[in-house]
Amino acid sequence: MQDLLYFIQQLINGLTIGSTYALIAIGYTMVYGIIGMINFAHGEIYMIGAYTALITITGLTALGIVWLPLILIVALICAMIVSSSMGWAVERVAYRPVRGKHRLIPLISAIGMSIFLQNYVHLAQGSSNIGFPALVEGGFRFGPEDSFQTSISYMQIMIFAVTLVCMTVLSLFISRSRIGRACRAVSQDLGMANLLGIDTNRIISATFVIGAALAAVAGLLLGMYYGSIDPLFGFIAGLKAFTAAVLGGIGSIPGAMLGGLILGVAESMTSGYLSGEYKDVVSFSLLILILLFKPTGLLGKPEVEKI
Amino acid sequence: MAAQNFKHALFSAVVTLIISYPILGFNLVSEGISVQLEGADTFTLVGVFAAAVVVFLFQLFRDTIMGGLGKLPALNPMANRPPMPQRKRLKVESVLLTLMLIGALFWPFIASRGAVDLATLVLIYIMLALGLNVVVGLAGLLDLGYVAFYAVGAYSFALLSQYFGISFWFALPIGALLAALFGLVLGFPVLRLRGDYLAIVTLGFGEIIRILLNNMTNLTGGPNGIGGIPDPTLFGMEFGRRVKEEGNTSFHETFGIAYAGEHKVIFLYLIALVLAVITALVIRRLMRMPVGRAWEALREDEIAAKSLGLSRTAVKLSAFTIGAFFAGFAGTVFASKQGFISPESFVFLESAIILAIVVLGGMGSQMGVILAAIAVTILPELAREFSEYRMLIFGAAMVLMMVWRPQGLLPMRRIHIELKPQG
Repeated sequence: MQDLLYFIQQLINGLTIGSTYALIAIGYTMVYGIIGMINFAHGEIYMIGAYTALITITGLTALGIVWLPLILIVALICAMIVSSSMGWAVERVAYRPVRGKHRLIPLISAIGMSIFLQNYVHLAQGSSNIGFPALVEGGFRFGPEDSFQTSISYMQIMIFAVTLVCMTVLSLFISRSRIGRACRAVSQDLGMANLLGIDTNRIISATFVIGAALAAVAGLLLGMYYGSIDPLFGFIAGLKAFTAAVLGGIGSIPGAMLGGLILGVAESMTSGYLSGEYKDVVSFSLLILILLFKPTGLLGKPEVEKI
Repeated sequence: MAAQNFKHALFSAVVTLIISYPILGFNLVSEGISVQLEGADTFTLVGVFAAAVVVFLFQLFRDTIMGGLGKLPALNPMANRPPMPQRKRLKVESVLLTLMLIGALFWPFIASRGAVDLATLVLIYIMLALGLNVVVGLAGLLDLGYVAFYAVGAYSFALLSQYFGISFWFALPIGALLAALFGLVLGFPVLRLRGDYLAIVTLGFGEIIRILLNNMTNLTGGPNGIGGIPDPTLFGMEFGRRVKEEGNTSFHETFGIAYAGEHKVIFLYLIALVLAVITALVIRRLMRMPVGRAWEALREDEIAAKSLGLSRTAVKLSAFTIGAFFAGFAGTVFASKQGFISPESFVFLESAIILAIVVLGGMGSQMGVILAAIAVTILPELAREFSEYRMLIFGAAMVLMMVWRPQGLLPMRRIHIELKPQG
């Protein structure tokens, strides 16, 4: 009983983290699906989202607004706007001019962008971590009174709910809307879509904007969940999310969701049963193993190399 | 057209405001456990708005500006000249290199102690960049975890000297070989991967090594690092004031000169210089050998190279291993220069700096990489008040280089046969 409760606790924690990884991973997977590049700066966009959310929350609190839902929604919207603009600008400045060149060139440009954004926030906001107020507190507890209890906090419930809403909206958007249809067309064949009158440049921009907006949601949620942020925290989270995207099959949106959840659970099981220090080692090893044995991921389509 | 330009310009300006104002305009300040918000100073705010205006004007008159720029005489007067004939170019290059080498040899005797120390660091970066140049520039394999091999070199010297008392000269080849072995073991499985996956896997590998170094506390000392790494000796002569190890003599006593702390610094500098020259020469040779040609062939067109009978794995693996070998070299020198190492010195940023050096110098070009290593290491020292902007400028420079001049400042040129111009 005791062990089972402990296991369930790890599972809940893992799913919480995993669903935010999934939100970030969508940005990687959509960009990769359309222009075949790793958007290395995506983790930084997520970090900027978290910073904007914190700035908004602090600002609103200073103005004397105490109604929690309002604060959260305004913070979410601000973070999404700033991150999306950032995503749009990054694509315009750093990726569009090098599109179609040798594979390494956009990647190096992306790494440069990532370093630039990290230091941009570092210079503006300082390098130390800043506490993120825990706005949502409390939760449910299960299990016997006198020993280990499984707990699920309201924060975790909120993370699940928000992720679920985002994913549903995204799925509907991709499958129903005009832009979503164009996105799918472009990811199948960019040249052909262009010939058929789709403004591919706009669709690529839209992809970056959507990915960045979801990353901003994850930034707000994870910032609140962890309780502090610093300019470097986008880097590792970005790597994890990329791992999740690869795990699920890069280019596939359901794959990113699945990959995120699996990665989150794997991580929390490692910290629960082994040691918290090694959870990064486990996720990177997972990444290496997947790329070696199943480079297409769980739900990805095999890539045919044409000459 | 004008209306559309105006719309786009307005949009760009608004985006500029959105991405800069919230981050730059408000400062989060921790006060105890609570966080306060402070407005930034007027200067920053003016800067933010000025940036938006500049973006607006630029986008509005984009066509005119770009057209005007195209008409301007090229900034680089060499741009339109026909490239120098190969023989002349080689001569100029070798004269330049000789001059640089002579200058480097005399440097420690004219410069201050701090400058010599900095020069040693430059040489270490040159070694690293030359090694990474083989992997990224010649073989076209983007390795983002290069610093891991550097760490292997440094830590193997530190650990060997701590546990077995092995001296610098024995540790140097051992460290390099161990790093090469790591390269081989890692490379064997991952080199099947396509370019960008390879980049991520090597990045993950670099992080794994760093985390392991950080957490295997009883072996590596964890975050506290390893100290007391011995200095190199010259034929059994030590450079300290007193001899530490039995059987050794001390440098200043043997030659009957007064003890000076500079001797050690200069000696280390000379070791680094010799090793850097060896690195450059070996790689220069390799580039012209069949294996070097194979690296480039594979970089240019993998399928064509395969169809001509090159073994993809063997060729890539050789580049990866040789790159790792020189990183190990540099790591050993670094460990003995610092006398203390910790995982802090081997973060991803270090990989990114080395990569930036290779990219700025021109992937594949040795001369370019050497000059870039010197510039990237020395410029932040010269402009100390801007040192916190160093990484910001690096990032921006990497993006701008890729956009405008992906071949680098001094692009690589192959040795080739030239036809004599007729008439």
